[in-house]
Amino acid sequence: MKRRQFNKALAAAGATAAVSPFGILHAQAQKLRVGVLLPRSGYLGFIGQSCQKGADLAPEVIKGILGVDIELMNADTESSVDTARTRAERLIQEGAHVLVGAFDSGQSAAIAQVAEQRGVPYIVNIAAAPQITEQGYKFVFRNFQTAVDIVRNGLALIGELLQATNSVPRSAVFMHVNDTFGQAMAKGIGAFMPRLTQLPFKIIDTITYDPAAKDLTVELSKAKSTDADFLLLVCRLNDAILLRREMVKQRWNPMGIVSPGSPGMYEEQYFKTLGRLSEYSISNVPWYNPNAPLTKTVEKAFLKRNPREKLVFHGLNVGFTFEAILAAADAFGRAKSTEPKTLADAIRQTHITSKMTLGGPIKFNEKGQVEGIGSACVQNLDLIPKVVLPANAAEAKPVFPAPYYKKA
Amino acid sequence: MPLDLVLNVVVSGVLTGLVYGLMALGLSVIFGVVRVVNFAHGEMMTIAMYAATVLFAALGLDPFVAMLPIAAAFFVFGYVLQAGLINPFITRPEHSQFMLLVAVAIVMVNAMLMIFGPDARNVQVSYQLESFEVGKLLIDKARVYAAGAAVLASASLFAFFRFTLTGKAIRACADNYLGAKVVGLDVKRLYALTFGVGAACVAVAGCAMVLLVEVTPSLGPAYTLLAFVIVIVGGLGSMGGALLGGVLIGVSEALAGLFIAPSAKSMFSFGLLILVLLLRPQGLLGKRS
Repeated sequence: MKRRQFNKALAAAGATAAVSPFGILHAQAQKLRVGVLLPRSGYLGFIGQSCQKGADLAPEVIKGILGVDIELMNADTESSVDTARTRAERLIQEGAHVLVGAFDSGQSAAIAQVAEQRGVPYIVNIAAAPQITEQGYKFVFRNFQTAVDIVRNGLALIGELLQATNSVPRSAVFMHVNDTFGQAMAKGIGAFMPRLTQLPFKIIDTITYDPAAKDLTVELSKAKSTDADFLLLVCRLNDAILLRREMVKQRWNPMGIVSPGSPGMYEEQYFKTLGRLSEYSISNVPWYNPNAPLTKTVEKAFLKRNPREKLVFHGLNVGFTFEAILAAADAFGRAKSTEPKTLADAIRQTHITSKMTLGGPIKFNEKGQVEGIGSACVQNLDLIPKVVLPANAAEAKPVFPAPYYKKA
Repeated sequence: MPLDLVLNVVVSGVLTGLVYGLMALGLSVIFGVVRVVNFAHGEMMTIAMYAATVLFAALGLDPFVAMLPIAAAFFVFGYVLQAGLINPFITRPEHSQFMLLVAVAIVMVNAMLMIFGPDARNVQVSYQLESFEVGKLLIDKARVYAAGAAVLASASLFAFFRFTLTGKAIRACADNYLGAKVVGLDVKRLYALTFGVGAACVAVAGCAMVLLVEVTPSLGPAYTLLAFVIVIVGGLGSMGGALLGGVLIGVSEALAGLFIAPSAKSMFSFGLLILVLLLRPQGLLGKRS
C-alpha cells in the first residue's frame, strides 16, 4: 500500500469511528447481536437459569423459522439492580444491537434507563412493574403483562376457582415480597380488591418481607395468627420454599396457597426441594399454550438441549424469553439493519400471531407494551404444574381447599 | 396480639440468637487474646456450612455428627492460618491486619463460588419439618437442637479457658502479653491455638446454622457484619457478652418483625448497636479500656 492510499484508508477508518458511537458498525451487520441479561446467580438464580434455557435455544429455532442469524451475548445480573445496569452498559459497549431480559422488575427498570440513554432497543422478557413502559421511553418494549393486568387476571381467576370448587373462603392474609415487583402487585391488589365485590373474601392483613430473607419464621407466625382462610402470596422462588416449609413446621393448614400472579410455586426447584409438599399450590400467571405449533418446535429444541428436563417446569420462563428474542429477530429480518432507531421502529411494527404463550398477537402499542396476554390458573398436581382454569384449556380439575399436608 | 404468638416468636428469637452468639463467640475469643479482628469470620462460617452440606450429600452425615470432624478440621485450619499468615502481622499496624483478613475473606468467597457455584444448598434431615409442642408453643426441632449445640459448645469453651492449663495460659497472654513472655509462655503458639479454637467455634456454629438457612457463597459478609454487631453490643473480647449479644439481637429482630414490620428487622439490630455505642461504648459486658 502506498503512503497516499494508506492515508486515505486511515482517514476513512477515522471518519467511520467518529460517526459510529463506541466504534460499533450497526447497519452493515449480517447477524443480530442480542445481549441477554438474566439473574443467573443470587437469590433469583434458579429462575434466571430457567429463562436462559429459552435464550439458548432461540438462535437455532429462529434461524429455522425466519432465516435470521443471531449471536447471543449473555450476561449474569447476579440478581442485583446495580449489576444489571453495569452489565447492560458493558453489553452495549461490546456491540449488542438489542437487549433482552431481565426477569425482575427492578433490574429491568435499570436496564431500560440504560437502553434509553444509549438509544439501544430493549425487549423485556418478564417483568411486571407498570412504570417500565409508562416513562415515555422510545427504545423499551415489553411482551409480558404489567402488574395491573396480572392482578386483574389473577383475581378474576381466583373468582373462577372458587366458583368451580364451590368454596367460600371469608378471609385471606396477603404476604408479598418487598421489592419493585412485590410493591407493584400490592398496589394493584389494593386498587382492584374493593371493586371486586363478587369475591367472597376480605384481606385481613398484609405482611411484607425481604425477598432475600433467609428465615421467615416471624412472618409466617404473624400470618398464622390472623387465622385467615387462605394465603394470598406474591413471592419469588426461595421465599416460597421457605414459607411452605415454615407452614408445615408451624402446623398451619389454611384452605390453600394462591398466588394472584407471581413466580416461585410452578418452578422446577419448588418441586425438587419440597417434593409432595409442593402439591396444591396455585399460581394464576401468564402461561404458555402447550398445543401451539411454535410450542412444539420450541419443546423439541428444549429437549434436545436438556434431555433430562421437562418444558412444563420452564414453560413460562422459556416461552417469554424466547418470544422476546423472536420479536427482535423478526424486526431485524424486516428492517435488514441493526441501526438502533431503524430496529426500534421495526420492533414497533411487530405483528406475530404464531406464538408460544397464551393470548393475542405480539403487537406493541404506542408505549411499547403488548396487550391481551392471557393468564391461566396453574395448580401443582402429581408433582407438575397443570392448567386447571380456564376450563377450555384445563388439563385437570382444580382442588380447593387443599387436603391436610400430611395427606398430600 | 395473642400472647402465644409473642412467646413463640420470642422463643424462636432466643434459639436463633444462641447460634448467632456462638458464631460471635469465636470472633470475640480471637480478638480478646490475639487482638486481631477476624474480618473473614462470616466467610469461615459459610465454608463450615458448605462442609456440612457436602458431608450430608456424600455420607448422609447429620450436621450434628458432622460437627466434630468439621470443628477438628477448622481447628487445624485456624492454627495454620494464625501460625503461618497472621502471626507475622501481630506487630504491624491495624490497617495491615485489616487488609490481610479482608483479602483472606475475598479469596474464600471466590473459592467457594468456583467450587460450589452461586446456587443455594441445604441439608434435608428427617426432623427438619418437625416441631415440639409445649402447651400452645410450637418450637422448631432443628432450632432447638442447634441452640442446644451452641450452648454445649459455649460451655465447653468456658470450661476450657477456666479449668485447663492451656486455657489459663491463653488468658494470661490476653491479660498481659509482656508478662506472659517473661514467664516463658510460647505466646505465638498460644495465639495459634486461640485462633484454632475460635475457628472450631465458628465451625460448630456453621453446622448448626445450616439447619436454619440455606447456604450461598455470598452469605459470608452478612454474617461477618452480624458477628461484629453482636460482639460490639455484648462487649468485644467478652465471651459472656457475645452470647448475650447474640440472644439480644435474635430476640430484638424477631420482636421488631412481629410488632413493626418484618422487612425492617435488621434495622433494629443496627438501632440497638447505635444505642449501645452511645450509652455503653465498651458493650454490655465489656470492660472499659
